[in-house]
Amino acid sequence: MAVRRLSPNQPKEPFEFSEENLAWAKEQLKKFPEGREQSAVIPFLWRAQNQNGGHVTQPIINYLADMLNMAEIRVYEVATFYTMFNLAPVGEHLVQVCTTTPCWLRGSDEIVKVCKSKIAEKQQTLSEDGKFSWMEVECLGACANAPMIQIGDDYFEDLDEKSMEEILDRLAKGEEVKPGSQTGRTSSEPVGELTSLTDPEVIQGGAK
Amino acid sequence: MLQDKDRIFTNLYGRQDWRLEAARKRGAWDNTKELIGKGRDWIIDEMKASNLRGRGGAGFPTGLKWSFMPKDSGLQHYLVVNADESEPGTCKDREIMRNDPHLLLEGCLVAGFAMGATKCYIYLRGEYIRVRERLQAAVDEAYDAGLLGPNAAGSGWDFDIYLHHGAGAYICGEETALLESLEGKKGQPRLKPPFPANMGLYGMPTTVNNVESIAVAPTILRRGAAWFDGLGRPNNAGTKIFSISGHVNNPCNVEEEMGIPLRELIEKHAGGVRGGWSNLLAVIPGGSSVPLIPKDVCDTVLMDFDSLREVQSGLGTAAVIVMDKSTDVIKAIARLAYFYKHESCGQCTPCREGTGWMWRVMERLVTGDADKSEIDKLFDVTKQIEGHTICALGDAAAWPIQGLIRHFRPEIEKRIEEASISRSIAAAE
Repeated sequence: MAVRRLSPNQPKEPFEFSEENLAWAKEQLKKFPEGREQSAVIPFLWRAQNQNGGHVTQPIINYLADMLNMAEIRVYEVATFYTMFNLAPVGEHLVQVCTTTPCWLRGSDEIVKVCKSKIAEKQQTLSEDGKFSWMEVECLGACANAPMIQIGDDYFEDLDEKSMEEILDRLAKGEEVKPGSQTGRTSSEPVGELTSLTDPEVIQGGAK
Repeated sequence: MLQDKDRIFTNLYGRQDWRLEAARKRGAWDNTKELIGKGRDWIIDEMKASNLRGRGGAGFPTGLKWSFMPKDSGLQHYLVVNADESEPGTCKDREIMRNDPHLLLEGCLVAGFAMGATKCYIYLRGEYIRVRERLQAAVDEAYDAGLLGPNAAGSGWDFDIYLHHGAGAYICGEETALLESLEGKKGQPRLKPPFPANMGLYGMPTTVNNVESIAVAPTILRRGAAWFDGLGRPNNAGTKIFSISGHVNNPCNVEEEMGIPLRELIEKHAGGVRGGWSNLLAVIPGGSSVPLIPKDVCDTVLMDFDSLREVQSGLGTAAVIVMDKSTDVIKAIARLAYFYKHESCGQCTPCREGTGWMWRVMERLVTGDADKSEIDKLFDVTKQIEGHTICALGDAAAWPIQGLIRHFRPEIEKRIEEASISRSIAAAE
């Protein structure tokens, strides 16, 4: 268990969904039976966090509690329980480094080292230019492409020190970066000649 | 070795198009209407006869699970697909959802019909944002083609699929924690009974299945239970996606026959252990929750539920984490201990307090700053946690440590001795 609390610095102004997000939220509520609007709290918090530049605040909690007919404490519980909700400001580029055993075996220590030298010595602190922050996270479920990180919505896989540095440098310069495998794999196939799925009839169809 | 023609996930690597048209050419959504036309009992009997065991880790027979759903309850039934793939080492469902999404969607319809469910939620882990976008696109395609929605695929059965997601909590892979999360609460597991089949989502009859278990169902029904059961070994039927990570030359996902020798799996598909088979130290054969097995066991063990249980480990999610001789195996397990400490939901005291306690002791074992008697104490504490919690996270936290002590005790003792020697040298200086 991790103890997680909201940042002591909370904005005074109330929070509101943007028009676009409000329309989206109304659509989402149709997924759930009447009276079960609470089900939407996680997707709504996530949307609100993104609208707010990357972290959840007390005004967001108040707003969603009201919208979903929930007690504020219930929304607060959810926000503090799920670790993808950041409770304090993060960089515009939040670099999440997987360091669980499968990634660690493949060299996630090197990736952490790059983050320390390029972003900030301590995790969850903003870089000097204010654009980056990084944090260690638990297994992100791309273990056959380890070591890997997540930045924003994208995974960057099959990393090493050099490709990691390059990604951060490009982002710092505002250049585009290519998500996915950094060594050219399509997904999680073995490198080199395929050991399965080579029969054209099977992979393209025809065989039933 | 499994032939391509017997593989279910024919676009596992995403080298072909994932969209409906291409998926149909590969056999998805073929005859779905006829399959459903054969009736609920036929589907469940066929799934039972196929001897498919759940692919999410526990290995419970899928057909049997479906049969637990009440017949004429008059209530809203739900199918919930567990796509909260978070077990360290496991990365197979992601490939199914982004590369072969239509197999999963068709499976949802067939399974939903068999359990009397008209609504299905697929709960993805929050981090799989791109995967969710892909899967949503596939759902939209299926609706447009009339394969989902009212009279889905012309079957006469109305069926809706909704995607939902979490926000970073391993525990939500536990089925009742997932239901809590889907209801908009903290992901804390429920006491069972009542089981979800009687009282699940919103108190209604619900079945929770892993992505892979659902996605293989249509192919099993099309080709027949006998085909699936003929693959693998008795009580361990069929094919399975293995995720191979760690110290191998070519980490990968691969669909293979159940019961394939571990060595063959690694050497044939993952390019072998880094530095050769003789450089192997140990393997965690089924995701982080199962005890590791040392090289001499790896030499001969078969990859299925029963074979791995015989060597005091488990198939789990079939996520093979390979460690070569350069690995600090104590540190590798200490990192997992930290994982479980981080992911404990805090509901049951033995797990909440125990995972932190075990991790702190493990950290001292890594540096050797401990007393040898603490090894037995640690083992004893793992036994106090195991079986004393509402869900299996307590067990999952205990087992890797038990495996380490069982097989690498001399290594732990050696480190304690070395640390104590260097402390006395430092004191003498």
